Amino acid sequence: MNQLLAYIPAFPLIGFLILSLFGRKLPKPVIATIGAGTVCIAAIITIVLGVSFLQTPPAGGAFHQLLWSWFKVGKLSIDISLQVDALTLVFIFIITFVGALIHIYSTFFMWHDGDYARFFASMNLFVCAMLLLVMADNLVLLYLGWEGVGLCSYLLIGFWYEVPSNCRAANKAFLITRIGDTALLIGLFLLFRELGTLNIQGILQQAPAHFTTGSANIVLITILLMIGGMGKSAQMPLQTWLPDAMAGPSPVSALIHAATMVTAGVYLIARMHGLFQLSPVTMTIVAIIGACTLLVAGCSALAQTDIKRILAYSTISQIGYMFLALGVGAWSAAIFHFFTHAFFKALLFLAAGVVIEALHHEHNIFMMGGLRKRMPIVFVTFLAGAAALSALPLVSAGFFSKDAILWYSWSAANGNVFLWLMALAGAFITALYSTRLMLVVFWGEPKTPVHEAPAQGMIIPLIVLAFFSVTAGFIEWPHNMMHLTLFSDHVQKVLPETIMKAYLPSEWFFQAIAALVTGAGIYLGYTMYYGKAGVRWQQSPGLASTREFLFSGWKFDQLYNFIFVKPFLFLTRINKSDVIDRMYNGIAQGSLRLSNWFSVSQNGSLRLYIVGVLAGILFIITLQLLL
Amino acid sequence: MSTLFYISSIVAVASTVMVITRYHPVHALLYLAVSFLSVGMIFLSLGAPFVAALEIIVYAGAIIVLFIFVVMMLNLGRETAQQEKEWLQPKVWVVPSILVLILLVEMIILLFSDNKDIMRISVVDPRKVALSLYGEYIIAVELTGFLLMAGIVGAAHIGKHKRSSLHRFLQNGENGNGKAHTGVPPEQVSNEQTVLHD
Amino acid sequence: MTDSAHMVLMVATVLFGLGLIGVLTRKNVVFMLISVEIMLNAAGLAFVAAGSKWQQPDGQVMFLFILAMAAAEVSVGLALVLQIYHQHKTMDVEDLKELRD
Repeated sequence: MNQLLAYIPAFPLIGFLILSLFGRKLPKPVIATIGAGTVCIAAIITIVLGVSFLQTPPAGGAFHQLLWSWFKVGKLSIDISLQVDALTLVFIFIITFVGALIHIYSTFFMWHDGDYARFFASMNLFVCAMLLLVMADNLVLLYLGWEGVGLCSYLLIGFWYEVPSNCRAANKAFLITRIGDTALLIGLFLLFRELGTLNIQGILQQAPAHFTTGSANIVLITILLMIGGMGKSAQMPLQTWLPDAMAGPSPVSALIHAATMVTAGVYLIARMHGLFQLSPVTMTIVAIIGACTLLVAGCSALAQTDIKRILAYSTISQIGYMFLALGVGAWSAAIFHFFTHAFFKALLFLAAGVVIEALHHEHNIFMMGGLRKRMPIVFVTFLAGAAALSALPLVSAGFFSKDAILWYSWSAANGNVFLWLMALAGAFITALYSTRLMLVVFWGEPKTPVHEAPAQGMIIPLIVLAFFSVTAGFIEWPHNMMHLTLFSDHVQKVLPETIMKAYLPSEWFFQAIAALVTGAGIYLGYTMYYGKAGVRWQQSPGLASTREFLFSGWKFDQLYNFIFVKPFLFLTRINKSDVIDRMYNGIAQGSLRLSNWFSVSQNGSLRLYIVGVLAGILFIITLQLLL
Repeated sequence: MSTLFYISSIVAVASTVMVITRYHPVHALLYLAVSFLSVGMIFLSLGAPFVAALEIIVYAGAIIVLFIFVVMMLNLGRETAQQEKEWLQPKVWVVPSILVLILLVEMIILLFSDNKDIMRISVVDPRKVALSLYGEYIIAVELTGFLLMAGIVGAAHIGKHKRSSLHRFLQNGENGNGKAHTGVPPEQVSNEQTVLHD
Repeated sequence: MTDSAHMVLMVATVLFGLGLIGVLTRKNVVFMLISVEIMLNAAGLAFVAAGSKWQQPDGQVMFLFILAMAAAEVSVGLALVLQIYHQHKTMDVEDLKELRD
């Protein structure tokens, strides 16, 4: 089984190489076969591997495969070496399985695009890089994958590069994630200095002996790693790139900016859980950042009118839940939420893509409406996704994962009532904007005609994903119901169990409150947006400034513009003519001016020269007389 | 001897003053000859007859003759005198004269300030001069020979009328003055010049 | 002959000064050359006087060198004057300003 590991990232890589080298000459069906086929093969290998893993767990809880040694410098020895343990298995399953569905969808979605091969080349490269990221057994290889997915994200956001705003969005995503990447890199340097190794297992084994809990070093390192994760996962204050990243095609948003890449930060923190456990301060910061992000992004989602931006903000918000879970030490709950979120958010994006395609690239939800009758399958699948997003009790995957996070945000040792209240408020807002989205898009009067029915190949992935959006939660039930804990049993082979508070109230109570809050959110959304009310509500003048504030994502872009861009521009404007060079220019100009002054004396008049000589003689003789 | 010296000194200074104040070049040159002759008399009074003879032969003879040749060649006559008259305005000569007078006063003060002992003058006969000249100064004599040779060659070269090879910096001014290079067929002008002036 | 050397040097100084005035005030190149001759002559006079004072032949030797130099200088100088007159049709040094900045 170990030998299969390398094939998982290798197939997408082969696909990338073929498509990028010969893509222009190949006919579209071949491109589609290669592009989607390689990822499908990877998915099949992953499933084979996963079945084998579950049936006969390998020794040490992980498959290893050493491919070759990358480089050796002094003590540092970096191998291209893959490792699949329980945590990685969840991630590669999502990456390849959801990735394969999205690729199949894309073969139809992108059919009319001129750059068919380039799209699939980038997508395959992304899958390969993402697989490297999660399968790496050392942090340098992980960083390679980390940068690789950043590059692919950039390439795919700017896929339609003829539109300048798309290029700006791509640049913005690249630059802002770069802040996080730099922090991560510095964190890796510090780790290597402290521990002398970058092997993940080595770090996790040595860290408890090397660091004392809460010492400055470990806090600094974990905070740097956390900033790296925040950049990739679009957490506050580095979240501003993700809504703009929706400039890319819908499958890209589904794969990269919902299901996989943006959860790389979650993976990093979960993977480095041994370090984070040594630094309670950082854990608390992670939890607070998650809680704040989920509220801020949720509120922003309420005011958006672009269907993809609503989903983007909801993605930020859901990743905020994952960070919150990580922060309170609910590792398996965070990964479980990632697992369910990947299905329903990919579903929502793909369905949104179908809707947008069918309505002549109309993004504004208030220009849609009445799609329930006209696109029934899309409606049903979208409903499944939205239900999971708003965590409809018992019939959606989102309920099980989000309920676990809500429960742990109170009951875990690191949790407290404020985090729980914030998470609860987030749940309410999530239900509210999900309902708003559903009602505005699928109910009401049709405002834009549907010009073509979606291709059958696009519908099948939607149905598969919808199925998982409903059922994926059933592998992990709350402790008070059925007590079925397949997922956390699996993940806890790698991740530690959540430490709970000593005295706990009844879990039933919390579930009831959570369900009630979700119901309230849905009801409020129903009263506000059903029928004509939605338009009235959207146009009420009293809330215009609030809506504007939320619409712009809490003015974070303007804030950064004010804090960073303006002072920088100010400095550059000061330095436009090079302050330091001005000194040298001054010297040059001064000597030039002196030269001009003195060259007046060189006027060609012989008699004046002689007078000069005479004056010199007079000066010397006078000097002799006086002294 | 002393009387001779004073008389010849007065003549020398007076004729020199006349030299620098004359407008007509030939008049100035005649006064210059008088000045040289009286300086020769001073040499004689100092007991340097050989030098006095040379002064008269070379200065009053050769150099003055050279000047007169040039004056004749350039035909410097009445117009030149008229021009000199226009040029020699007080505003032209007052300031330089004051400066030179200051210099003169300072030098005389220096001359009479340092030592008060009497400077006796004795005769140095030509024999000692000849021995010294061809003894310790022999290399300087050789060099003087080179200098005279260079002077002759230089004068011959510069004085030759070759309008064709006017320096390229001067040609623009020349064209501006409207002076034609009649002796120069265009094909003889070198490429460089052609390029520069196209 | 008391103070004779002083008197000779003073005469030389006066002649030199007059020559200098001539160089400074004249615009005509020929007159400037004449004035330069006067200055050289005055310098030679000072050399001869100094040589007589120290009873050494070196003063007269120096005069001979100055003489040779003056001959060379005046021949080259007058050749230049001829050329200047042919090319510029003027003797005014104020007009000869090709080398100004």
